Amino acid sequence: MSGKVGIVIVSHSPDVAKGAADMVRQMVGNDVPLGFCGGNPDGGLGTSVEKILAAIDQAWSEAGVAILVDLGGAETNSEMAIEMLPDERQGKVVICNAPVVEGAVMAATESWGGSSLAEVKKTAEELSPQ
Amino acid sequence: MSEAQYRVLITHDVGLHARPSVKLTKLAKGFHSRIEIAGSEAGPWIDAKSIVKVMAMKAKQNTELHVRASGDDAEAAVDAIVDLVKRDFDEAGDHGAA
Repeated sequence: MSGKVGIVIVSHSPDVAKGAADMVRQMVGNDVPLGFCGGNPDGGLGTSVEKILAAIDQAWSEAGVAILVDLGGAETNSEMAIEMLPDERQGKVVICNAPVVEGAVMAATESWGGSSLAEVKKTAEELSPQ
Repeated sequence: MSEAQYRVLITHDVGLHARPSVKLTKLAKGFHSRIEIAGSEAGPWIDAKSIVKVMAMKAKQNTELHVRASGDDAEAAVDAIVDLVKRDFDEAGDHGAA
């Protein structure tokens, strides 16, 4: 079991989600649990609660999971996904208010060093427009 | 508790950009000591374990990077970071590539 905080990338576009995940893998490596998803169930642009739940599952860590989202629905659907998690997982998943690509790389770097979920979120959010 | 300080010239093509910054931060996080870097001796000195601050530094090629550490593994920490910079962040193969 990994003690490092998991990172989930949620974008409207499957290509953006995969591209951001590729950057995390190449820059930070494979030690950080990572999940990503993008697109609606029909294959178009959008997000889906089910895919987000699967991505959280993929990146699951007892240390928690930090979600990076792009626009509107990505955030509301992520909130919905968190509400649908089993009780014991709910308090361990947070959405970061940060740009999706840059935030994912920053969050993953912080996670790699063994930081807590709160520290990972804070690091990603340090990037937000000042 | 010991302290160490050193300076090194950044020779990597693009300087301390995204990938090099991540590598430097990851390396710094492996040490107990407090590690700081700066573009000049006068500072500002920034926490080498903060990926956001390291990346925001935007240290360029042919500028000096000052590294200092304090803690039980300070010398090893400074040595390791200086060595990483000297190795062009292990990206020498990328020089001049596409």
